[in-house]
Amino acid sequence: MRSKKSWIMALALTSVLALSACGNNGGNNTAANEGNTGASNAPTETSGAELSGSILASGSTALQPLVEQVAEKFMETNAGVDIQVQGGGSGTGLTQVAEKQVDIGNSDVFAEEKLKDADAEKAKALVDHQVAVVAIAAVAHPDAGVDNLTKQQLIDIFTGKITNWKDVGGADQKIQIINRPASSGTRATFEKFALGTKTEDLQGSIQEDSSGTVKKMIGETPGAIGYLALSYLDDTVKTLNYDSVEPSVDNVISGKYPIWAYEHMYTNGEPNETVKAFLDYFLTDEVQNGDVTELGYIPASKMQVSRDVEGTVTNK
Amino acid sequence: MRVQSSKSRIEKHHIEDLIGRSYMSFCVLLLIVSIVSMVYFVTSKGISTFAIDKVSLSDFFFGTTWSPEGDHPSFGALPFIAGSFITTLLAALIASPLSICAALFMTEIVPGWGKKLLQPVIELLSGIPSVVYGFVGLSVIVPFLRNVFPGQGIGVAAGALVLSVMILPTITSVAADALSALPQNLKESSFALGATRWQTIARVIIPTTLPAIMTGVVLGMARAFGEALAVQMVIGNAPFIPTSLFESASTLTSVITLGMGNTTMGSPQNNALWSMALVLMLMTFLFVFIVRMLEKRRSI
Repeated sequence: MRSKKSWIMALALTSVLALSACGNNGGNNTAANEGNTGASNAPTETSGAELSGSILASGSTALQPLVEQVAEKFMETNAGVDIQVQGGGSGTGLTQVAEKQVDIGNSDVFAEEKLKDADAEKAKALVDHQVAVVAIAAVAHPDAGVDNLTKQQLIDIFTGKITNWKDVGGADQKIQIINRPASSGTRATFEKFALGTKTEDLQGSIQEDSSGTVKKMIGETPGAIGYLALSYLDDTVKTLNYDSVEPSVDNVISGKYPIWAYEHMYTNGEPNETVKAFLDYFLTDEVQNGDVTELGYIPASKMQVSRDVEGTVTNK
Repeated sequence: MRVQSSKSRIEKHHIEDLIGRSYMSFCVLLLIVSIVSMVYFVTSKGISTFAIDKVSLSDFFFGTTWSPEGDHPSFGALPFIAGSFITTLLAALIASPLSICAALFMTEIVPGWGKKLLQPVIELLSGIPSVVYGFVGLSVIVPFLRNVFPGQGIGVAAGALVLSVMILPTITSVAADALSALPQNLKESSFALGATRWQTIARVIIPTTLPAIMTGVVLGMARAFGEALAVQMVIGNAPFIPTSLFESASTLTSVITLGMGNTTMGSPQNNALWSMALVLMLMTFLFVFIVRMLEKRRSI
């Protein structure tokens, strides 16, 4: 009953606001804030008005759980806002936001990397909002007997030059590559920053699309090697150091560990007030230190280095 | 008064008739429009690989190199077409004898408790979601194959085994229907001639119901050909024509599900995936056509 009342109140308030079309509404605020208690960080304070409208986001399945969780919280404090989050993959998200079918397109890669050639114009219209960072580590079956691989060793393994673990100082065991599909964002990140080159699919290599399945396969298949986001790592697989650098959150933040990528939330042009408030909410300490770390991502705000489309790293 | 009331009754009857008919016409129209637009959509998207991206038909259907992200993109779909056919045929080979035996058991050997026992089990099999089949395949079949045969367990054999369990209910239920619809006098005359039960089954029942059983097999193959998720999890998805049953391979459906979300609409790679969807659709038409032909034969 109470929630219904405040909902009606919010609706009435927004219609009043829409009619008067003014920015400042000082006295009215108390009514709106009734349903808004405890929202110390809520972006409503900066805009000074109850937000309303619906937001549709689609794209990256890697980013989906985070967006869903943050959207829930955002809707709790902003009763007038309705946010729908769909998956579909980075390509779908970028296509849909470029064609204005959704308000936000979630992507694991820069739009310029997916929207190429004839679509390059579309990428220019998109505005990038980097909300989190995902780091990827090379992982192997625990019996492989290796805990560090150099860049060159990884290249040789993933291009099929080295096919036995003993050649990189491990057990006498055939290497089984467990890859992601060629169009996967995780694979693109791994190839770009760990190998520095694209790789062809090798005969007999295995491709799986879900991180859960990849982890299961690496843990169960003797001699397997693959790569996973840090949030998926546990004792069933052996996490490998890269050029003697441990894939830890601290090493990613300081820029020592290079295999990471931004999680992007793209809007077509500058976002409207509601969408902007939602995206700003992502960058508040509450979300960055709370939900982002909780779900295994690395806060974008903490990064001491930044990286552009070309992969050039600069200190912040 | 009386005349009036009967008049109004007739009118009510007519109105109901009209409502019923127009509702049905609307539904049928909606169905036809959605089917036609779906076929049009898949066809138009599927053709753009050849019309817009200028990939030649022979490169697509006979090319063995699939590297859409490479510096010189090539879109050879032969490995996936081959993978689809190999797994489907293998699955049908494994499942058909099992299904036909199950159907015979239910209808000819112990129609009483045999049917009561098997029918719910078979129905249960068709109700299990395909992701569960995939996970069972990954947790049970793949480790089993890895321990017994060379290779990593992942591959064509695992895909075919998972598929064969999935199409078992389709073939069994169609075959059981056909067997129970068989005229009783055929069997009785065979018994009267002194034939044993096995002779009757082998020489009379199976030959007479063969077209109907084949319908079940083809329907099962159609399901196997279109199944995506379970196969994708256990087949390995390497874009090569497999040289052994225990080697990683791909099917049309697994490549489409792996790539569709990660590619942008209108890109050459996305178009190539739609072309594969078109191939799948045409194959389904072919399967339906075969079933129709078999049904025609059955009625004679």
